[in-house]
Amino acid sequence: MTEKIERLSQLLTDKFGQRLLQVITACGEITVVVSAEDYLSVARDLRDESSLRFEQLVDLSGLDYSTYSGDRPALRFAVSAHLVSVSNNFRLRLRAFAPDDGFPILPSLCDVWPGVNWFEREAFDLYGIMFEGHPDLRRILTDYGFVGYPFRKDFPVTGYVEMRYDQELGRVIYQPVTIEPRENTPRIVRDDNYGNVGHG
Amino acid sequence: MAEIRNYTINFGPQHPAAHGVLRLVLELDGEVVERADPHIGLLHRGTEKLAETRTWIQSVPYMDRLDYVSMMCNEHAYCMAIERLLGLEVPLRAQYIRVLYDEITRVLNHLLAVGTHALDIGAMTMVLYTFREREDLMDAYEAVSGARMHAAYYRPGGVYRDLPDRMPQYEVSKWKNAKTVAELNENRQGSLLDFLEDFTNRFPKYVDDYETLLTDNRIWKQRTVGIGVVSPEKALALGFTGVMLRGSGVEWDIRKKQPYEVYDRLDFDIPVGVEGDCYDRYLCRIEEMRQSNRIMKQCIDWLRKNPGPVISSNHKVAPPSRERMKGNMEELIHHFKLFTEGMHVPPGEVYAAIEHPKGEFGVYAVSDGANKPYRIKLRSPGFAHLSAMDEMSRGHMIADVVAIIGTMDIVFGDVDR
Repeated sequence: MTEKIERLSQLLTDKFGQRLLQVITACGEITVVVSAEDYLSVARDLRDESSLRFEQLVDLSGLDYSTYSGDRPALRFAVSAHLVSVSNNFRLRLRAFAPDDGFPILPSLCDVWPGVNWFEREAFDLYGIMFEGHPDLRRILTDYGFVGYPFRKDFPVTGYVEMRYDQELGRVIYQPVTIEPRENTPRIVRDDNYGNVGHG
Repeated sequence: MAEIRNYTINFGPQHPAAHGVLRLVLELDGEVVERADPHIGLLHRGTEKLAETRTWIQSVPYMDRLDYVSMMCNEHAYCMAIERLLGLEVPLRAQYIRVLYDEITRVLNHLLAVGTHALDIGAMTMVLYTFREREDLMDAYEAVSGARMHAAYYRPGGVYRDLPDRMPQYEVSKWKNAKTVAELNENRQGSLLDFLEDFTNRFPKYVDDYETLLTDNRIWKQRTVGIGVVSPEKALALGFTGVMLRGSGVEWDIRKKQPYEVYDRLDFDIPVGVEGDCYDRYLCRIEEMRQSNRIMKQCIDWLRKNPGPVISSNHKVAPPSRERMKGNMEELIHHFKLFTEGMHVPPGEVYAAIEHPKGEFGVYAVSDGANKPYRIKLRSPGFAHLSAMDEMSRGHMIADVVAIIGTMDIVFGDVDR
């Protein structure tokens, strides 16, 4: 397994060189980080290069790094695409950060792997990441007429509006939420030697 | 000459053949589908966002509720993601139990898939037979976890507890007299493994019965042969996995190609289709059930001979046993910390994929070292398959849309998350 990872990592550095900003090997997986400009061309080469042949994109996920503790990347929004090469039995994670935090935009991979269509719609719906060149960038999972990007870290879990049936108006209405967000267990990051009291 | 009008119709979200809450907007030219636009999200519960607000272990039961016909497989991928981030070794017996239950789940899922697919396109009988066998397997779920569906049995580091030595029995009640109960309890006299072994011996015969009903059935063939044909290249480009990919003739199964747990020690075959139509995918599912039965037999055999621990002894991740917790200060602290604050997972990211009955189910977990995930992305097979609905149904008759939905094996808990 590790042998395979090393071989892939070598292949990637040989082929792409400077176009890869970062090649990370961890937990038996390879992550390559590319810039938004190179994203589309690297993706195309990953698919077409005979030694790599990533025929399939299995997953594409939006990410919001705004509250990440520890080494926070300089940019807020990113997408991670998980690629599979069926002919060479490789897996790879391809990540690109969207250059503008206020209006995150990245090129769409729809021309490279048509199956990415809905995954990009999902990332747009939940994170508000725009995909340039996407044929049909509509919301997908949220309600018709939904406002906001629910998976961003600054969006509360309870949301902003709730829906109920109004007896007098005889229809369903939206109103501001009446429940408070509740956190039973706080989010805690411990330092490495937490619990090591040192007196044995 | 008569005036010709094209229609746009709404299929679902309440339609018995929509397998849940699928809303399909179909543009028709006569009876031929010109465009299909699936509207999903009616069952979106925001599992991924909820997981960010809960400790790692609290999200395990959410995974059951994703694809609610293959519960334990979802848990499996989630637990595997956590274990990989922690670099945690799972005891061998727990790995075998997981594989056994993954295969039980696969059979459960395929029984439902084939049964309801047949039901959708006119074969009423199938679903009655397949649900009979599902009942036995649900009992196996209940015996280990206490729940027939939402088990929460897999835990990071292993499984919740060992297989029971005694199978629960039916009792005489107002609805079941002594004779019925004696019949029902006949194969429940021994342990869970005895019960499952009995099942694996009976099951091939049942699969033969299903095949008698469908495989050479003229109506079934008329409805499935040549419907929803996908070429291997197309299937790969569209992100198909599992039976949808293998039905088109691509030999790709994560259990074989990138084995996890103990699949590399087990003997089984991967069926592949030739034509890539609904009928081939049906045949693949039938054969996969037979193969799962083989794997189950091997696991049962191994589990009988090799007792051992079923959950990691690392008490930063898995709780200590009840008795030890009551008698040992150290263990009490572990227990308390684990159930209040939860485990801490080192920073990093991992994508753990398993061969789920429907395809590749992946959990992409990003951790920043906290007691809660930073981001969980669930890659559900149904989402990718349904996105190809337009591609697959274009040019087919409206009745074939139902056959295509059936062959995709769509479950909305999984698509909408």
